[in-house]
Amino acid sequence: MAEYIKLIDLTKCTGCRACQVACKQWNELPAEKTGFSGSLQNPLDLSYDTWTLIRYDEFEEDGGTKWIMRHDACMHCDWPACVKACPSPGALVKTDTGAVVHDKRFCIGCKACVVACPFDIPRYSKKEEKIAKCTLCYDRITDGKPPACVNACPTGCLQFGPKEQMIEQAHKRADAVGGAVYPSNPKYETHVLYVIPTEIQLAQLQHVNPNPKMPTTILWWKNLFKPFTLLGIGGVAGLAALHYMIKGPHRVSEKEEGGEADG
Amino acid sequence: MTNHWIDIAHADVIMIIGSNAAENHPISFKWVNEAREKRGAKLINVDPRFTRTSATADNYVRLRSGSDIAFIGGMINYALTNGRIQKDYVVNYTNAAFLVDPEFRGPTDLDGVFSGLSDSKYNKTTWKYQMDADGNPKKDPTLKDSNCVYQLMKKHYSRYDIKTVCEITGGDPKAYDEVYDLYTSTHKPEKSATIMYAMGATQHTYGSQNVRSYAVLQLLLGNIGVAGGGINALRGESNVQGSTDHAALFHILPGYLNTPKASQQTYEQYVKESTPVSNDPMSANWWGNYPKYSASLLKAFWRDADLETGYSYLGKIDNGKNYSTIPIIEQMAWGKIKGLFCWGQNPAVACPSSRLVRRALAKLDWLVAVDLWETETASFWQKEAGVDPSAINTEVFLLPAAASMEKEGSISNSGRWAQWRWKATDPPGDARDDLYIITELVYKLKGLYKKEGGAFPAPILDLNWDYAKMGMDGHVHHPNPREVAKEINGFFLKDKEINGKVYKAGQMVPSFAFLQDDGSTCSGNWLYCNSVSDTENKMMRRGTSDPSGQGFFHDWSWCWPVNRRIIYNRASVDMQGNPWAKDKPVIWWDGLSKKWLGDVPDGGWAPGSKYAFIMLPYGHARLFAPGMADGPFPEHYEPLESQVRNLLSKQQESPVIFRWDKAVQGQVCDPMLVEGAAACVFGSPDKDKFPIVCTTYRVTEHWQAGQMTRWLPWLGELVPDMFIELSEELAKEKGIKNGNKVRITSIRNLEGIVAYAMVTKRFRPFVVDGKKLHQIGMLWHFGYKGRVTGSIANDLTPLIGDANTMIPEYKAFLVDVNREEV
Repeated sequence: MAEYIKLIDLTKCTGCRACQVACKQWNELPAEKTGFSGSLQNPLDLSYDTWTLIRYDEFEEDGGTKWIMRHDACMHCDWPACVKACPSPGALVKTDTGAVVHDKRFCIGCKACVVACPFDIPRYSKKEEKIAKCTLCYDRITDGKPPACVNACPTGCLQFGPKEQMIEQAHKRADAVGGAVYPSNPKYETHVLYVIPTEIQLAQLQHVNPNPKMPTTILWWKNLFKPFTLLGIGGVAGLAALHYMIKGPHRVSEKEEGGEADG
Repeated sequence: MTNHWIDIAHADVIMIIGSNAAENHPISFKWVNEAREKRGAKLINVDPRFTRTSATADNYVRLRSGSDIAFIGGMINYALTNGRIQKDYVVNYTNAAFLVDPEFRGPTDLDGVFSGLSDSKYNKTTWKYQMDADGNPKKDPTLKDSNCVYQLMKKHYSRYDIKTVCEITGGDPKAYDEVYDLYTSTHKPEKSATIMYAMGATQHTYGSQNVRSYAVLQLLLGNIGVAGGGINALRGESNVQGSTDHAALFHILPGYLNTPKASQQTYEQYVKESTPVSNDPMSANWWGNYPKYSASLLKAFWRDADLETGYSYLGKIDNGKNYSTIPIIEQMAWGKIKGLFCWGQNPAVACPSSRLVRRALAKLDWLVAVDLWETETASFWQKEAGVDPSAINTEVFLLPAAASMEKEGSISNSGRWAQWRWKATDPPGDARDDLYIITELVYKLKGLYKKEGGAFPAPILDLNWDYAKMGMDGHVHHPNPREVAKEINGFFLKDKEINGKVYKAGQMVPSFAFLQDDGSTCSGNWLYCNSVSDTENKMMRRGTSDPSGQGFFHDWSWCWPVNRRIIYNRASVDMQGNPWAKDKPVIWWDGLSKKWLGDVPDGGWAPGSKYAFIMLPYGHARLFAPGMADGPFPEHYEPLESQVRNLLSKQQESPVIFRWDKAVQGQVCDPMLVEGAAACVFGSPDKDKFPIVCTTYRVTEHWQAGQMTRWLPWLGELVPDMFIELSEELAKEKGIKNGNKVRITSIRNLEGIVAYAMVTKRFRPFVVDGKKLHQIGMLWHFGYKGRVTGSIANDLTPLIGDANTMIPEYKAFLVDVNREEV
């Protein structure tokens, strides 16, 4: 199976939210009970029942208005922290396609992935005691169809195709509009790429990690300590203990490196 | 659309004005983006508020609602004064060279009005051309005669300089200058620009003149008939084009034929007065074929009646009377209308002064609502509507209808493509498709008239309706839309020899050129003749070949007329038949085969042998349009409700709009009529009570009056509540915070409506005539039925319409906004 990439060209997004609805339709996710949110963004955040949404950022620049709409969903990391952190075999799997999928049958609801994800993607349901997130429509792409969101996108903002082709396209488009490709860290590959227009600073947008990295705690935990903890300590407790050992009690860090999500 | 969706990709500049295309026509951005990506096209957006369309535009410029004609007038003046016109095109294809009656006077001479104004109407005797001995307009191809259209136009637009224009619109002169320069750069023959517009342009008291101003601009730049050009009305519903073509309007019959008037008592007289005459052999004068189309239509309605009898069956409208939405509401309010069918329509939410509409519905004896869900209209008598059900005597029938996926038929899109759709699934429960419902109704009516007689039964009894058969159970079985399509195309009623070829009775008419005026053919709509042949329903075609590479896709469905994808395409070539733009030709003359290649040409005549605009009697597109009710040139007037004096002339609002408030003055009538027609006109003491300009619009997540989307959980999740948008500055002045509840009032509704406030940078106050002017906007999707509900925006809108069409003014009126105390 070939590796794929979903390309999100922000210069072409009109915020129509066809992707948001198509995701719910294909994945049979229920509507949330929402209220007036003060902006078009609704629901306000990802959830167990909302795997993708358009985020609207409105700001002033050079006396003019800027309004950026961004399709936000799982980035499908090439080296996924969620999978690394997950103690339950089969609950979170990185597939050959590049899609990182979850299987609710095996999820034990430990939330290790929620803590680990550098993009704050997996969402936990107290009621179901499980997590859920975008699967890149693994059930569609393995059948030769694009993900539901890409299929619904009317403007060409969302595209889907073989990895190399999409990477080339992303850079070509970024060059053409004088923009940039995100994430740009060559050591941190994802199966979702953005073309960001030149006038946008990532820091101006909601829910973006400008410099994603595998959390070091995960590396320590998985590669060094996990074999020992399996001897008897429960996974969750182990992770928490380890976190405490390394980072100490939680406090707001003044100098969190590159916005690294370390829980 | 003069062009079609795919063709937007050929534009060098795209101007979206009076439209929020990104939001309301999302698919259009596929082609807008392609033009920008592949051609380096620039996107201009003109809007009072910064929208999802503005967010993606290269140039966004502001104007306050109600000042469009000033904005475009400024651009026309810029083109005329800077030599930014395509001269060969203007001289040869438009009426620029035509000489006008020397007695004609315009707003420059008469301080805002045209000659002939008396008693709120124009006597148009001076709005005419000087004629030569053959009865053709005199011309001055040098464009120097002071009475030629070009010189009159120059004079007219000389007042629209950028400074004056910006004082009117509240725009920024520098930004306007940039946009004017960019847009008019497409006057070069090889360049084209397109205008995409929608209801923001049309729903004004001068809506028709807004669109006229686009036509004038595009003609001066040589942008009509060419690829990537045109003026493109983005239709608000998927089949509005089809409903217009098939005349779901009072003033036309299918195919844009005239509705007969009371003064036209015979078919002979009707045809004579409807058929234009030209004495110029260069003019194709296509409407000269009118009698063939009207005869074929009568034969489609009444197969066995002769033409004179068939014509006598047609309803006639009183001369000069209007029967559109606003007059219907008014007549209902007077109690003069007894019954109403609302077919996929929700006037209790969608029509202006909807409070008045709901109360007028209570004066009906009966109301039939045909819809997918129970609409506000169908439930106007219920408690949710704020009324006492026991006080309402109207008998209401709700017929559950099938959705588009649950029935078969054609849909005509904005680009005039009639595309066949197949049924995907059965409708739920007792829901039926529209054809079934109306067929059963027709048979019931025929049965009743047959049994009981009654007044004038012949038109119903003789009406041809053979798309289905009545079953033994008394119900109609399987009416077949394909049979309807055949009749719309038309077929021969008897054997007929045309140009040496014999067509047998029952054969499909190959195209409208074969329709006959003697009753030997029928056709339900001449424009759709050619859509069904003896062997296929072309609307079902799904071929994807595009041999010319110009995006015509002639084998994909079918479009009117005769599968011509870009209309007026004779104007896309020079007088020798060479395309103005070599890289995006529409048609081109092949000297060898003596034929046009490319798109289906606007007539097969050789280049230069016929004028370009074949539908007009004189063959030239009209920069000067004497057919308009409110002036042959577009002139800026203020909306009826405005905080601003007309800075261009002493004529405040359009002098010829019909004023309902004046019409009911002094009459003994229901107070609701006075209230609904009340207007907060400039200069009245009420003006200060309603200082804020308001406009209404849609979001992409909901659909029109909401009856189809407010019931859907996923769409309700996205936009769950009625809200207004207002600027941070206004919010500060009024002490309103984002997310607060506010009450909006108008002179028609002092009690007002409640909505959430979205405080945003995307609205900003304007400075007009030296004063700060606030504008807000609100959605009109909400009502009291459905999973998500909210206040009805149209409870505030005025009962006033365009001078030509009577389309309601939904886009510029006055309100006040205050924080709702909790």
